[in-house]
Amino acid sequence: MSRLIFNINISRILCSIRGQVNSLSSCRSLSSLTLLPDTHRMLRQTIRDFTDQELKPIAAKLDKQETYPKEQIKKLGELGMMAVEVPEALGGSGLNCLAYAIGMEEISRGCASTGVIVSVNNSLYTSPLMAFGTDAQLEKWVKPFSNGDRVGCFALSEPGNGSDAGAASTTAKDMGDHWLLNGSKMWITNGYEAEAAIVFATTEKSLKHKGISAFLVPKPTAGLTLGKKEDKLGIRASSTCQLIFEDCKIPKENILGSPGQGFKVAMKTLDGGRIGIAAQALGIGQAALDCALEYSGKRDAFGAPIAKLQAIQMKLADMELRLESARLLTWQAAMLKDAGQPYTKSAAMAKLAASEAATFISHQAIQVLGGMGYVTDMPAERHYRDARITEIYEGTSEIMRLVIAINLLKEHQIM
Amino acid sequence: MSLRVLVGCKRVIDFAVKVRVRPDKKGVVTDGVKHSMNPFDEIAVEEAVRLKEKSIAGEIIAVSCGPQQCQETLRTALAMGADRAIHVDIPVKDYEALEPFHVSKILARLAKDEKADIVIVGKQAIDGDCNQTGQMTAAWLDWPQATFASKLEKGDDGTFTIAREVDGGSETIKVKLPAVVTVDLRLNEPRYATLPNIMKAKKKPLAKKTVAELGVDISPRVEILSVEEPPTRKAGEKVETVEDLVKKLKDLGVV
Repeated sequence: MSRLIFNINISRILCSIRGQVNSLSSCRSLSSLTLLPDTHRMLRQTIRDFTDQELKPIAAKLDKQETYPKEQIKKLGELGMMAVEVPEALGGSGLNCLAYAIGMEEISRGCASTGVIVSVNNSLYTSPLMAFGTDAQLEKWVKPFSNGDRVGCFALSEPGNGSDAGAASTTAKDMGDHWLLNGSKMWITNGYEAEAAIVFATTEKSLKHKGISAFLVPKPTAGLTLGKKEDKLGIRASSTCQLIFEDCKIPKENILGSPGQGFKVAMKTLDGGRIGIAAQALGIGQAALDCALEYSGKRDAFGAPIAKLQAIQMKLADMELRLESARLLTWQAAMLKDAGQPYTKSAAMAKLAASEAATFISHQAIQVLGGMGYVTDMPAERHYRDARITEIYEGTSEIMRLVIAINLLKEHQIM
Repeated sequence: MSLRVLVGCKRVIDFAVKVRVRPDKKGVVTDGVKHSMNPFDEIAVEEAVRLKEKSIAGEIIAVSCGPQQCQETLRTALAMGADRAIHVDIPVKDYEALEPFHVSKILARLAKDEKADIVIVGKQAIDGDCNQTGQMTAAWLDWPQATFASKLEKGDDGTFTIAREVDGGSETIKVKLPAVVTVDLRLNEPRYATLPNIMKAKKKPLAKKTVAELGVDISPRVEILSVEEPPTRKAGEKVETVEDLVKKLKDLGVV
C-alpha cells in the first residue's frame, strides 16, 4: 500500500516537472521569438503608427520644455496602453505581458519620457493592485486609472535607501482607526501628476524587511507634500520628485496586501516592472540605431556614404546584435510571465541586457553622427541622455547581476 | 433604420515606401515591401463604423479582393469595427491583371448576395489611382452613386445628403438608398484600432470566396506592355535677370 502511494507520488512529481519543461520549451520553441503572432504584429504596427504621428514629432519639444504629455497619455489610454494587462471589466485591455512589452518598445522609440509614464502606470501601479488588492480596492484604485485620465506612482526609494529597499525608514503607525505615515520617498516618477501612490512603509521595525507594508495613498491628501521637480539628465518630460509625509492620515482599509507583506509586494512588482523598462530601453536603442543608420546612408566622407566604411559597419553590427539579443531576452521574460512560469531571473537579464544595449547604442550613435550627434538638431543626444537612467531605476545593473547570480545558483542547487 | 454596409478595402503598397520598378519592367517590386490598407479605404471603414455608432448602420461587412495577404487588411478593418469580413481569393498570377472592371463586378455581386444597403469605398487606390471602381459598381447595380464624399448625413426620410468635392468647390446631393458612396480625404480621420479591438478582431468571422462561386469572369482586358520609372529630374539652371529667363523660355519654345 505504502509503495503504491510512493510510486504514485513519484510519477506525479515527474509529470509536473515534465509539464513545466514542456510548457517552457513550447514557450521558447515558439518561433514567435522571432515571428510574432499576427495579433501582436498588428498591435506593434498600430502603436508604431500612433507613435510616429503623435509622439515622435513632439518628443524634442517635450524634452526641452519638460512638459508632461497629458493629451498623449489620454490618447494612449483610449488605445488601451495605460492598463494593458488589466481585465476589461476594470477598464483595461485584458492583454498579456508580451503585448505590453511590444507596445512599450514602440512608444519609447518615439518618446522615452512617455514610455516611462506608461510603464509606471502599468507595471508599478496597476500590477501590484491586481496582484494584491481587494475587489473594493480594484474598483476604487484601478478602474479610474485605466483610461489615461489619471496615472498612479510607486514610492519605494528613499533619500537614505534605493537598492537597500529593506531599510525603508518611512513609518506607518497603527492608530486604531487609521494609519499615520511619516517619512519621505525619493525619485518618484509621475510624482507631480499622479493621483494615487503606492507607498512602502515600516509598520514593525523589529521585523526588518518583513515589517514593511504597502499603502494606497490618494493625491492630494493632507500631510503629503511634494518636493521640487528633479532637474534630470534625460526623460525630462516625466516628473520626478520627493513625496514628503508628515503625520499623513491614511484610512485603515488602504493597506495593500497584509501587514508585513510590503517587501514581497515590492519585489514581485519590480520583476514585472523590469520587463517594462527593458522594453523602454529597447525603444531608445532602436531609435538611436535608426538615427545612426539613416545618417550613415546619407553622410558622405572619402567619396562615399559612411555606411560603406568598415569602421561604421562594425559599429552598426555591434549595435544591432546587442539590441536584438536584448529584445529576445525581453520577449522571453514576457512569455515566461504570461505562461505563469518563474521569470525573476529572465526579467533581470532582460533589463540588464536592454539597458546596457541602450547606453552602448546611443553612445555609438553619437559617434557615427560625429559633430551632428552632439547638437540638439539631431535626436541622438536625447537618446543618449534618455538611455542612461535605464541602467539605474527599477533595479540598478549591479542589483540585476546579483538577482541573476542568486537565481542561477539556486537553480543549480548551489545556494 | 438598420443598414447593412459593404466596405471595400484594398491592400496596397504603403504610402511611405519608395516604389521601384521590377527588373522585368512588367510591374513594381512587391515582395517583402510593406503593404497597408489604402488610405481612402481606411476613411471608408471609419465612416461605416461611425454610422454604426450612430445606430444608422447595423452591420458592416469588409471586403478585399486579392491573394492571401489581403486577410491582414481585413483584420485591420475588423479591428477598426467591422463586424465580419469577406476575402475574395484571387491567385497571385491573376491579381496583376485585376482591374476596377473586375473588382466592381465582384463588389456588385456581393452587394446583391449580402443584401447591402450601401457600398462605401475609397475614391481611388493609391497604387492604380483609377477612380473607377465605385462608379462601375454603381453602374452594374444600377444604383445611384455619390463620389468624392466629404460629408455624409442621413435625413429623416431615409435618404442621405452628401457633400461632394468637385473641381469648383463642393456639391451637395440627396441620394436614395441603396447607393454607392466613394469617400474623399476630408470626410473623416480614421481611428487607431484599440488594443482590445485588435485582439477581438481575431474572433470575428472571415469568409473566403472564389470568383468562380461568385460567377465573375476576371480574364484580363488589358495587357501591360511595360512599366518604367519616370525620367530622372534634370538639374535646373540659374539666370541673372528676368530678361534672361524670358529669353531662355522663348528659346525652349515654351513661351
